[in-house]
Amino acid sequence: MFRNNYDNDSVTFSPQGRIFQVEYASEAVKQGSVVVGIVSKTHAVLVALKRNAEELSSYQKKVISIDEHVGVAIAGLASDARVLSNFMKTQSLSSRLTYGRAIPLERIVSAIGDRAQTNTQHYGKRPYGVGLLVTGVDETGPHLFEFQPSGMTQEMVACAIGARSQMARTYLERNMEVFVECGREELVKHGLLALKESLAQDKELTVENCSVGVVGIRGEGMKTIEGFKLYDGQEVKKWVDLVADGAEAEEAMEVDS
Amino acid sequence: MSAMFSQNPLMNGPNYSFNQAPSTAAAGNKEHGFYPYTDNGGSTLAISGSDFTIVAGDTRSTSGYNINTRYSPKVFKIGGTTSSQDDATLVLSVVGFAADGEALKERLDAIVKMYRYQHGKPMSVKACAQRLSTILYGKRFFPYYVTAILGGLDEEGNGAVYSYDPVGSYEREQCRAAGAAASLIMPFLDNQVNYKNQYIPGSGVGHALVEREKIPLGRTEVEDVVKDAFDSAVERHIEVGDGLQMFVITKSGIEEKYLPLKRD
Amino acid sequence: MNHLPQSWGRPRDDIYGAYDHSYLQSNGPNQHTQSPIVTGTSVIALKFKDGVVIAADNLASYGSLARFTDVKRLRSFADSSIVGFGGDVSDMQYLDRLLSSLDTREAYCSSGHSLNAQNLHTYLAKVFYKRRSEFSPLWNQVLVAGLDAESKPFLASADLLGTTFSAPSLATGFGAHLAQPLLRKVAPDEDAVAKLSEEEAVQAVKESMKVLFYRDARSLDKYSIAVVTKAGIRLKEDEKLENQSWAFADKIRGYGTQVN
Repeated sequence: MFRNNYDNDSVTFSPQGRIFQVEYASEAVKQGSVVVGIVSKTHAVLVALKRNAEELSSYQKKVISIDEHVGVAIAGLASDARVLSNFMKTQSLSSRLTYGRAIPLERIVSAIGDRAQTNTQHYGKRPYGVGLLVTGVDETGPHLFEFQPSGMTQEMVACAIGARSQMARTYLERNMEVFVECGREELVKHGLLALKESLAQDKELTVENCSVGVVGIRGEGMKTIEGFKLYDGQEVKKWVDLVADGAEAEEAMEVDS
Repeated sequence: MSAMFSQNPLMNGPNYSFNQAPSTAAAGNKEHGFYPYTDNGGSTLAISGSDFTIVAGDTRSTSGYNINTRYSPKVFKIGGTTSSQDDATLVLSVVGFAADGEALKERLDAIVKMYRYQHGKPMSVKACAQRLSTILYGKRFFPYYVTAILGGLDEEGNGAVYSYDPVGSYEREQCRAAGAAASLIMPFLDNQVNYKNQYIPGSGVGHALVEREKIPLGRTEVEDVVKDAFDSAVERHIEVGDGLQMFVITKSGIEEKYLPLKRD
Repeated sequence: MNHLPQSWGRPRDDIYGAYDHSYLQSNGPNQHTQSPIVTGTSVIALKFKDGVVIAADNLASYGSLARFTDVKRLRSFADSSIVGFGGDVSDMQYLDRLLSSLDTREAYCSSGHSLNAQNLHTYLAKVFYKRRSEFSPLWNQVLVAGLDAESKPFLASADLLGTTFSAPSLATGFGAHLAQPLLRKVAPDEDAVAKLSEEEAVQAVKESMKVLFYRDARSLDKYSIAVVTKAGIRLKEDEKLENQSWAFADKIRGYGTQVN
C-alpha cells in the first residue's frame, strides 16, 4: 500500500520539492470558518463567520484586537492563533515602550511571518495551523495583510481565507475596483456580502455568527486614527439587516430565484 | 583613582617571590562611585470621596536648585486600551526619582493592559493595588525610589486610594499626600478632610470635648481642599510649583484639570 | 634592615612607619570609582514656532585641560533630528555608533516609516535607564531636537540616570545655570514658542553661547549650531563666536590675570 514517507516532519522535502507538513497546515486553515478583509483609502475592515461546535456551546472567537491600531481575524486552529496574537500583542507593546511608537503593520506582520517560517525549518517543530488576516493603520495609512502557516505574508486590497472562501474571493475580485474609495459603512457591507457568498446552503448571517472589526484614519497623522473596534452580537445588527435576503432587491433576487 | 593603579601585589606576611603576587582581581562585589538615584522633587496628593477620587500632583521637575521643566506630569492614567488612555479607570501618581517613576508607570500600565487583553475587562483597583505592591517589592534590593499613590473606584463604586512606600508596603486610605511637601500637606488634610483636632466649641474641656461630626466631602469641596493644599505648599517648599494637574475619577470616566501655580 | 625583595624600593618602615595597606583591602568590596574622563560641556537648545535651534561648542576637555578642540557634539539622525551630547565623549561616541546602527536597521526594515525625534528620545532614555540600572551608566546628558508625530517642534532631555523632561528651552551642564535663564526670558512657555521666529531663536542661542564662553572655563568659542524644521536640518559645525566684548572683564576682580 502506498505510504507517504515525506510527511513525518516539516524539515524534509519530498522528491517533488514539497513539504507536506506545511501543506497539511494549510489544510487546517481551509477547515476554519471563513474570514474576509478589505481595505480602502481610509479604512480596513475584517468580517468573520463564527462557528459553534454544537448547539449548546458558545461561538468561537474569530476577530481579535491586538492594539489600538491593529486587529486580526483567524481561520484555523484557534489555540495556535492565540499564541500568535499574544506574540503580536507583546511586539506591539514593546514597540510602544521602547520607541513610543505604534508598530508599523509591515513590521508586525513580518515578525509573525519569520516566527512561522522557523517552525517549518526546525526538526520537532510544527507549523502553525492557522491563517490570519491582519488589518491596521500606521503612518502610511490602512493596510490588510494575509498570513499563511508557511510563513508567507503579503499585502492585499481584499482577501478571504477559510472554508469555502473561494466564493468570497470571487465576489471580492468582481468588486475590487470600488473598494479603494469606499467609506467604512460601504466597506463593511462589501465584507458581509462577500462573506455571504461563502455561506453553506442552509446557513444565513445572524447577529450570533457575525463578527466585524473596523479600523481607520480620520485625518493626517497617527493621532487622529479611528482605533480598531470589534463589533459582536447586537452591535452588528444594522449591518446584518442591511445584507439580509430581501433587504436589497437585486442581490436578493439572484440568491432566491 | 587608586583603583586604576592598584595592580600591585598585596602582601601580608613574608613573601619570597614575586610569583606569589595575585594575578587575578580579588573576589567580591564591585562598588561604584556612581549613585543611581536622584530626587526630582514635587508633591502629589489623593483624596477619595463617596463616588469619586481625586489624584493630583504639581508639574515642576527639579534637580537640586534647578528647575528642569515647569511641565512634567507625575499623575498618569493607567491601563486604557488606547495611547490616549481615554477608557482608563485607574490613576497612578509617582513622586521621587522621576526615571523610576516613569519606569514603574510603564510597567504597571503594560500589566494592566495585558490583563484587559486577556480577561476582556478592566482590572479592579483592589487587584491593581495588590499587583503594584508586588512590583515594588520585586525590586526590594534595588528599589524604585518613588512614593506611589493609586486611585480609582472600588467594586461598590466608592472612591479608593491606595498609598505605598518605595518597597511595596501599602494600605487603603481616605487621603494621602506624598513627596517633597508631604509633611506640609498631610497635617492639613488630617484637619480638613478627617476633621482632626476639630471640636465643637463649648462642648467641654479635656476628654469632655466633643469631636466635630465627620461628613464625607463633596467633589467641589475636595477640589478646593486640593487647590488650597498646593497653593500653601508652593509658598513654603521650593521644589513645588508651576502647575497643578488633577484627575477626577468618577463612574463616567476620568476628567483632567490643569491649574497654574506660582512659578517662583 | 629588611633585605627581602618585596621591600626593595619601598619607603623604610623605621623612617616612614609601616605602610598603610588599608586602601588595598581585599576583604570587602572593590573600590571602583567611575566618572567621566574626557568631557564636553553645555548643550543648549530652544524651540521656535516651526522648529528647534540647538548648539554646543567643539571642545572636549580632559579635566581642566582643553584636550580636543575640534570635537563635533551635535549629531543628526535620519535627516530629521539632532542629538546634542554633554558629558563623557567616549560614551557619546558609543551612542553615536548605537544610533547609526539603529538608523541602518530602521532604513532596511521598512519603507515609509522612520523614527522621529520623539521616538528617538524615548529610545535613548531607555538605553540610559537600562545602563544606570546595570550600574554601568553612559555618562551623558543629551538634548534631542526635532519634530514629534504631529510635526510640531520637539525638544527633550535624557541623562545618565534615565531622567527625562521636555521644555520650551533646555540647557545641560553649566548652561542650565547660565543660558537657561536667558532662554527662558525669550520663551517662557509654549505660547511664546508659537510666536518666536527662527531668527530670534538663533539670535538668543548665539547670545547664550557667548555668555557661556565668557564664564564657563571649560568652553570654547568654536561651536556647532543646528536648526531643525519640517524642511530638514541645517547643521553648521565650524561656527566662531562673533562680537565678543571683554570690556566687562577688567572691572571684575579675579577675572583672568588681574588679581587685585
